[in-house]
Amino acid sequence: MLLKVLDWFDARFPVRDTWERHLSKYPAPIGQNFWYLAGVLLIVVLFIQLISGIWLLMNYEPTSEGAFASIQYIMRDVEFGWIIRYMHTTGSSMFFLLIYLHMFRGLLYGSYQKPRELVWILGWLTYIILVAEGFTGYVLPWGQMSFWAAQVIFSLIGAIPFFGEDLLTWIRGDYLISGITLGRLFAFHVVLLPLALIAVVFVHVIALHEVGSNNPEGIDVKQHVDRDGVPRDTVPFFPYDVVKDLFAIGIFLIVFCAIMFFFPDGGGYLIEYINYEPANNLKTPDHIVPAWYYTPYYAMLRAITFPIGPLTAKFLGLVVMGGAMVIIAFVPWLDKSPVKSIRYKGVYSKIALGGLVVSFFILGYLGMVPPNPLRTLLAQIFTALYFIYFILMPFYTKYEKCKQVPDRIEV
Amino acid sequence: MMKFFIIFSFFLSLYAFTEESECGDYLSENLLIKGKCESVNIDASDKASLQRGAKLYMNYCFGCHSLKYVRYNRISKDLSIPQDLFEKNLIFGNQKMGDLMTNGMNPSDAKDWFGIAPPDLTLQTSLKGPDWLYTYLISFYIDETRPLGVNNKVYENVSMPNILVNLQGNQHTVCKDIPEIAENGGQKQDPLTGNIITYQECGFLEVEEGSGELSSESFNSSMQDLTNFLSYVSDPIKLEREYMGKFVILYLLIFTVLAYLLYREFKKDIH
Repeated sequence: MLLKVLDWFDARFPVRDTWERHLSKYPAPIGQNFWYLAGVLLIVVLFIQLISGIWLLMNYEPTSEGAFASIQYIMRDVEFGWIIRYMHTTGSSMFFLLIYLHMFRGLLYGSYQKPRELVWILGWLTYIILVAEGFTGYVLPWGQMSFWAAQVIFSLIGAIPFFGEDLLTWIRGDYLISGITLGRLFAFHVVLLPLALIAVVFVHVIALHEVGSNNPEGIDVKQHVDRDGVPRDTVPFFPYDVVKDLFAIGIFLIVFCAIMFFFPDGGGYLIEYINYEPANNLKTPDHIVPAWYYTPYYAMLRAITFPIGPLTAKFLGLVVMGGAMVIIAFVPWLDKSPVKSIRYKGVYSKIALGGLVVSFFILGYLGMVPPNPLRTLLAQIFTALYFIYFILMPFYTKYEKCKQVPDRIEV
Repeated sequence: MMKFFIIFSFFLSLYAFTEESECGDYLSENLLIKGKCESVNIDASDKASLQRGAKLYMNYCFGCHSLKYVRYNRISKDLSIPQDLFEKNLIFGNQKMGDLMTNGMNPSDAKDWFGIAPPDLTLQTSLKGPDWLYTYLISFYIDETRPLGVNNKVYENVSMPNILVNLQGNQHTVCKDIPEIAENGGQKQDPLTGNIITYQECGFLEVEEGSGELSSESFNSSMQDLTNFLSYVSDPIKLEREYMGKFVILYLLIFTVLAYLLYREFKKDIH
C-alpha cells in the first residue's frame, strides 16, 4: 500500500530520486572533522529561529509605542513566552557563531576552490542576508541599544557623498528613527529576509550536492570511483553522516539549552543590559556597541578617522566596513594555490590565515570597548592585517612551497 | 587539541573583558576601592525576604515608581501572598488583582516636580545589576548644596529625594583614618612608638546614631530585601527556568549518549 502511494507520487514528482540524491545515497567524504558540523547545525538553528520567530510574531507589536511592552508581555504573560524569546535571542548569537566557524572551515580547507566557487558565493550571500536579518531583528525590541544602534547604522547611509542625506530620509521614512522605520525593519525581518535566507540556503545545499563536499585533505574524491560510479572515499549520507550529525546536534543542544535556561542574557553579550531600558531619543547612551557578532566590522568603521580629499572619514569607514564583507566573496579567485587544504599549503598561507583570525578577534574586542587613541591605532593596524590576508592572497598562494597531496583519504 | 583551544579562547575573549558595574564615588571601609559596589545576596527562593521587599516597595517606592509590566496577581502567586491579604494591604487604589501595576503619577507633572519623571523599575536590576541598586539605596547623604538637601554617592546629583531617611536616619560623608597596609598584608607600625601608621581618606558614609527608626544593620538588610524583590520582578521566571532547565539538560544528555553509541556503532563500518 505504502509503496503504491510512493509510486503514485514518483510518477508525478521525483520523490525517490530526490531522497536518494540528497539524503540516502549522497556520498559524504570520510575523514570530515569537527569543522564540518557547523553546516548541519546552521540548518538546525535556522529551524529554531523560524519556529520561535513565528511564535514571537503572534504577540509582538511592531509600533514604537507598543514594541517594548509587548516583549515584556511575551516574557511575563504569554505561556512559555520566555522560552520562545530566549530561544530566539540565543539562536541569533548561535547563528553567527556557527556561520563564522563554517566560513573559517571554508578558508581552512579551501572549500571555495574550483568547482565550489558558486557554493562559496551562495554561502557568502547567506551571511550577508544574515547580517541584515540580525540588524533588523536587533532593532525590534525597541530598547535603548536597539534604537541607538539603528541610529548609528542608518546614519552611515547619510555619509554617502552628494545624495546621502536624501537617501537616508527615504530609507528611514522619517527625519529620525521612528515607528515608521521600525515598521519597515519589522517587515524586512519577518518576511523579506527570511524568505531570501531560505531560498539562498536551499540553493546553497543543492549547489553543494551537485559538486560534492570537500574534506580536510582537500582531495578530490571523484578521482577514484567504484564500479557503480560512487567515489571510494565516501560513505552514504544516510545512515553514516546522519548518526554523526545526530550526536553533534545533541552536544549542540546541550550548550544551547544551558545558555537558554541558565544564562539567557549571556553576561550582557546575548541580551545587552542597556536594552532593558525602553528606547528614548532624547537620551544617548554613554557608549553604543553593536551585538558581539558585528563588533569586528564596527571596529573597522571606527578605525578610519581621517578624511581623504572630499570624502569624509565616516564615508571611508563605511567603505572599509562594506569592503571587509564584500572581499570575502572574491576568495575563490584570489587563491592561486594548486592545493586546497591548509594541511598542504605553505607557511605563508598559514601565517596569513593566522593573522586573519587574530585580527578578527582583536577587532571584535576593540569594537566592544570605548575608543581611545591607542585602541584606534590598534584597530587601524588590525584592519590592515585583515585586508592583507585577502589582498596578498594571489601572491603568497602562488609563490609558496606546497606539500604533495595524497591520492586517497586515509582514516 | 588546537581547535578546542581556538574555541575556548573565543569564549574567553568574550568574557575576559567584562567591565564591572560602576558605583560612582561610593567608598566602603572594607574595600577601599572607589566606585566598587557593595555585593548583595540575591535569593529568589527566599520568599520571606521577597515579601518584606514587596511590602517596602509598595509603601515607599510605588507612589512614584510603577512596575507597569507586572500584574498584581503574578506577585501574589509567586510570593505566596494570599489574594485577599494582598488586595487589602498592598493595593492602594481601586485596581484589580489582574491589572498591570501602574500608578497615578502623571509623567509631565512628575517632570515639573523632580526635573525628570521617576522611571519604571520593573527591569531596573536587569539594567543596572542588583549590586548597583543596593549600593545606591544605602548611599544617600545630606548635602545642603542640593535643592532637596540630599545627594547620592552612587548617582551624583540624583533628582530623587531620600524617601528612606526616616528608616535610615541622617547620613553624612566623613573622613577616616585608615591604617596603612604593609607589603606582608599586616598593618604598618611606627618602629619607634609601635603606633599604627594611618592616612586620612574622605568620602565614607556614616549615619548619625539614633536618627533613624532602624539600626544600620536592619536598614541594610531591609534594602537587601528590597533589592531581592526588584531582582525577582526583573526576572520572575528565574526559579522555574532553572528548575526546568535541569530536566531538559538531563534529557539531552541521555539523548546524546544514545546518539554517541549509535555513531560509534556505525563508525566501525568505515575503513
